[in-house]
Amino acid sequence: MTKENLTKNDLTKDNLIDLYRVMLKIRLFEEKIVDLYPEQEMKCPVHLCIGQEAIAAGVSAHLNKDDYIFSNHRGHGHAIAKGANMSLLMAEFYGKETGCSGGKGGSMHIIETERGIMGTSAIVGGGIPMGVGAALASSIKKDGKVTVIYNGDGASEEGVFYESLNFASLKKLPVVFVCENNGYATNSPQIARHSSCEIARLGPALGAASACIDGNDVLAVYDTAKEAIERARNGGGPTLIEASTYRWKGHVGPGEDHLIGSRPEDELVEWKELCPIVAFDKKLTTDGAATEAELIELGSVLAEEIAEAVRFAKDSEYPDVDKLLTNIYYESKE
Amino acid sequence: MPWTKIYGDKSAFEKAAAESDVPLRGITYAEALREAQAQLLRDDERVFVFGEGIDDPGGVFGSTKDLHKEFGDERVFDTPLAENALTGIALGAAVSGMRPILVHMRVDFVPLTLDQILNHAAKWSYMFDGKVHAPMIVRSVIGRGWGSAAQHSQNLHALFTHIPGIRVIMPATPYDAKGLLMAAVEDGNPVIFIEHRWLYGHMGHVPEDPYTIPIGKGIVRREGTDCTVVAISQQAAEAVKAADILAEEGINIEIIDPRTLRPLDTDLIVGSVEKTGRLVVADNGWKYGGIGAEIAARICENAFGALKAPIERINVPECPTPASHILEAEYYPGIEDIVAAVKKVVQYGHA
Repeated sequence: MTKENLTKNDLTKDNLIDLYRVMLKIRLFEEKIVDLYPEQEMKCPVHLCIGQEAIAAGVSAHLNKDDYIFSNHRGHGHAIAKGANMSLLMAEFYGKETGCSGGKGGSMHIIETERGIMGTSAIVGGGIPMGVGAALASSIKKDGKVTVIYNGDGASEEGVFYESLNFASLKKLPVVFVCENNGYATNSPQIARHSSCEIARLGPALGAASACIDGNDVLAVYDTAKEAIERARNGGGPTLIEASTYRWKGHVGPGEDHLIGSRPEDELVEWKELCPIVAFDKKLTTDGAATEAELIELGSVLAEEIAEAVRFAKDSEYPDVDKLLTNIYYESKE
Repeated sequence: MPWTKIYGDKSAFEKAAAESDVPLRGITYAEALREAQAQLLRDDERVFVFGEGIDDPGGVFGSTKDLHKEFGDERVFDTPLAENALTGIALGAAVSGMRPILVHMRVDFVPLTLDQILNHAAKWSYMFDGKVHAPMIVRSVIGRGWGSAAQHSQNLHALFTHIPGIRVIMPATPYDAKGLLMAAVEDGNPVIFIEHRWLYGHMGHVPEDPYTIPIGKGIVRREGTDCTVVAISQQAAEAVKAADILAEEGINIEIIDPRTLRPLDTDLIVGSVEKTGRLVVADNGWKYGGIGAEIAARICENAFGALKAPIERINVPECPTPASHILEAEYYPGIEDIVAAVKKVVQYGHA
């Protein structure tokens, strides 16, 4: 194996295994939700990101613990890649008081401030200006932090995306816009919504750097994100990364869209052939970075971590009903 | 207290200052707001002030004048015309440890930002169970007159009072403008801070040192026994003038300026109505679903037995603001409307 044939960057074996681990962790976490959802104990909508794991994994590899991410309703993977505690996530989905949001947020509203996850929005595009605001705060405080904003192709149609990208470029803020283009807004295909299929072109139009990449190629994501995050951290301003990918599951819930006629089965089959994890698994084993046995073992360890998260969630208590009216307002403790 | 008073004009303040036993420092409402922001910028590095055109020579009716020269354009700056993003940017900065003050020069622009106010800022504390909070101020301006018409002179404050998680503050005097703005920044919650354009030139006593006024506490502007008049924002100044006219006819009104619409000082209003038995609410907003409706409902819930007459509400008519000054004169309520409403309520049952 030579480093050069894996990536332009100097990736060690450990780096490569880490990328794989993060992708697989997200996949197994989401698949566990698919398994458990029919029990109807998880009483909130879930927006799964199976098929899209490479993007969050490749981006987060360059983020420090205190760098910020802002994300959306399909945010489990972003949070896990940023190091979020899976037990707190799972407990939140079960509506438990131990959940990351005390049971008040559900799957669409994830937070872990210690990891720079400052809350996810379920209004498409809603988290984008917040991310720019966090980057503005970093710029004023000169704290050296970078903010990553995840949004989908649908959010690029919202006015607030334009407003935010323009502001970020104007102020040269330390922020990276990561557009996960999975081709669909709920069930509306991109061709029904855009005259152009190149969201990345909006970057230069507003003075931002941009890149359009294969979002299922974790090393392409890794390389592109590295450059963008370094640019942001060094005062070079924002980058818009458009990463093409595909969501295997329905917009919401564990079902598959072809079964209800909202997307063609052939399309899903084609994209499953392009599975980011299978492709990277092959690359690692072919190039000698890992053996198949090592990767299987890694999967077993992750599965146990996830099982523990589920146990924690199921064993936790529901919030007391007198919590209904708490934390509507911040009460100063000063 | 001299600073709780509303002075009709500059000469009224100057007369009061000359007769006062203690020195009264007089500045305008606009100067009071500017002073509050300057002191916040000076004393708290988390504070920054931004908005469309705030560094113009006029400085948002004088309220931000030359702050950028004093504190630099990294902390006081002009922005693109991007109201929704700006509000989201304020929120993102707030959850990242800053204390932003965003200025929208017309309240008519704030509906462009409702997504960030209603869906985001109002919910960021609750939705994450207090793991994070949103200390951000949205200053905005309501107004009336000079043909500003339907999209530049609305009074939309009641819209925001509908939203749990938001505070709505409407100062009517220079003293309150400074003290409530400083309190709002200290408070740590999303605050819609609504100023009235006609108040910027009003003069009043304002101490130079920083101070805060408790959020959610109204104030009695004038004591009276015959009828309670709850007067919102600029209507408080109108009510003070109406009170003089009514006093000549032997009717003594009690004027309550709630100062904060959410939370609302229900106890103060209820206590007053229990004393007077009558209520008029004077507001520049619409009647339908307006703040007067909320106040009237609270009186019905808490002081039903005290009422001697039906509640009267003074509002603008149920239509957009017209431009022609002839129509405008018909549109806006003022002193005469307050006088007529109070008389109607006081004479109820005696006619």
